[in-house]
Amino acid sequence: MIAVELRKLVTRPRTWISIGLLVGLPVIVAVFVEATGVAPRPGEGPAFLSQVLSNGTLYAAAALAIVLPLFLPIAVLVVAGDAIAGEAQAGTLRYLLTRPVGRTRLLVAKLVTVVVFVLLAVILVAGAGYITGALLFGTQPLPSLSGGQPLNSGQASFRIAFSMLYVGVSMLGVASFGLFLSTVTDAPLGATLGGLAVLVTSGVLDQLGAAGSIRPYLPTHYWLSFVDLFRDPILWRDVERGLALQAVYVVVLLGASWAAFVTRDVTS
Amino acid sequence: MTTNGWVPQLPSVIRTKGLTKRYGRRLVVDALDLDIVEGDRFGFLGPNGSGKSTTLRMLLGLVFPTAGSAELLGAPLPRGCKSVLPQVGSLIEGPAYYRHMSGRANLRLFDAAGPGGPRRTRRERVETALHRVRMGRVDERPVRAYSLGMKQRLGLAGALLREPRLLVLDEPTNGLDPQGVHEVRELLAELNREGTTVVLSSHLLSEVEALCSSVAIINAGRMVVSGSVDELRSPTGDVHVRTPDPDMAVRLLGEKVLRRDADQLTIASDDPAGLNASLVSAGVRVTELVAQRRSLEEVFLDLTEAGEIPL
Repeated sequence: MIAVELRKLVTRPRTWISIGLLVGLPVIVAVFVEATGVAPRPGEGPAFLSQVLSNGTLYAAAALAIVLPLFLPIAVLVVAGDAIAGEAQAGTLRYLLTRPVGRTRLLVAKLVTVVVFVLLAVILVAGAGYITGALLFGTQPLPSLSGGQPLNSGQASFRIAFSMLYVGVSMLGVASFGLFLSTVTDAPLGATLGGLAVLVTSGVLDQLGAAGSIRPYLPTHYWLSFVDLFRDPILWRDVERGLALQAVYVVVLLGASWAAFVTRDVTS
Repeated sequence: MTTNGWVPQLPSVIRTKGLTKRYGRRLVVDALDLDIVEGDRFGFLGPNGSGKSTTLRMLLGLVFPTAGSAELLGAPLPRGCKSVLPQVGSLIEGPAYYRHMSGRANLRLFDAAGPGGPRRTRRERVETALHRVRMGRVDERPVRAYSLGMKQRLGLAGALLREPRLLVLDEPTNGLDPQGVHEVRELLAELNREGTTVVLSSHLLSEVEALCSSVAIINAGRMVVSGSVDELRSPTGDVHVRTPDPDMAVRLLGEKVLRRDADQLTIASDDPAGLNASLVSAGVRVTELVAQRRSLEEVFLDLTEAGEIPL
């Protein structure tokens, strides 16, 4: 069943269009920055972008930071929101379940598909970012954001790989919202928009001083903490909290998705 | 299934007791008792919204009953679904596909999902199923370019992929032209002769009348009547007679002639054989004599209070 779902994912034009767009955005940004030579001042604009003019190696991380706030979560929510609700809307859900494909099994297969999509997106965005950066800005040893000694290449690749993993885990949190909503509605668009509403709400509250007490529990709060991976020594505190928070969201929401799906009347 | 040796009574493929489904406060299926035996051609009749689809969905494990019990091929539902559903082919509320793929690709994907037999015979299974519904030479266009009739056939092909013991079909001839309707009817009859039990739900009475041997009529979630089609279509007491000597017949029978239309007479008689004997012995030649039976439509309308239920 997992193979079937993966085949659906890769044969679907939409998958590649959304990944193409995801990869395209950082490339466009890079071209503008390179052509004008105007990088955002430090502390403004997407993370890392102020440094990339002098060092293209960092552009892999910069590319992730560019798509992270909006573009990547939307793409992930489209795929996750479509998982069950899309089958329901197309009417294929009833045929899959009477095939029979067990409900738990179908849900697991869908989850695997979403994870694969997230990994694919993150790897391709970071990979394209790295290549673009190397071509346009050249490569140098990675400086630490805290100043001091540049990182050696082993350290640099570890940190870039770990940021990819971190962004991937953050997106899994997003995907869990999408998947859960996908099991309770027959409208894939509803699931996607519902997930977006959660993220927008979380983003707004995260900026709001009055909501300070709940900020550390907001799903988007630690998203950009992977920046800390490029400090020397690595500032693990927020990264660890971010991973733990996402793990809780993933476990709770997947549990809820399972409970909702196996007890649901399929009337679509 | 082959029935070697002694089979004193045909086993039930579907049996429900007090099957009930409630959505909130709305009662959709109300204490339904069904018993469909192996080899049957069973018609499930009812107006739109009468609970046919919900019942079929409960029988396929898609919808969970609120009360009552159901058995499918001997396995209790919904728990036993997994073990028996591989022997069931279904078409519920129209076919559904991944629209950007061809019919073949859809069937292959469908075959690959769930237990469907070995991978190396997949192509063969798909081609056999397509062939059965006369789509053997279909090209690789995506399904969204198919006509309604082709989609319907493809849906049937999907239901036939595993040569099921039981076929559960909802409006299988929907969208087909008369030729297609005829072909599907022939196909279902053929499958039934080979031993497949066919359960067909429809709001088209003629459809059920043409194919089914037994029928259950439900309305507002409740069983109105069930039995064999022959039983239900009881004689109306009217006999149609065609004769070259209508005047003689009218003179002989008098008041009993209800209507006369050239050489055709409608005669009130509970005993067609006796009527024939008396006509012939009086020298009236009879070309045709048919005891009129109520159509299922009349039975249905009588039972469901005509006019109130849109068909």
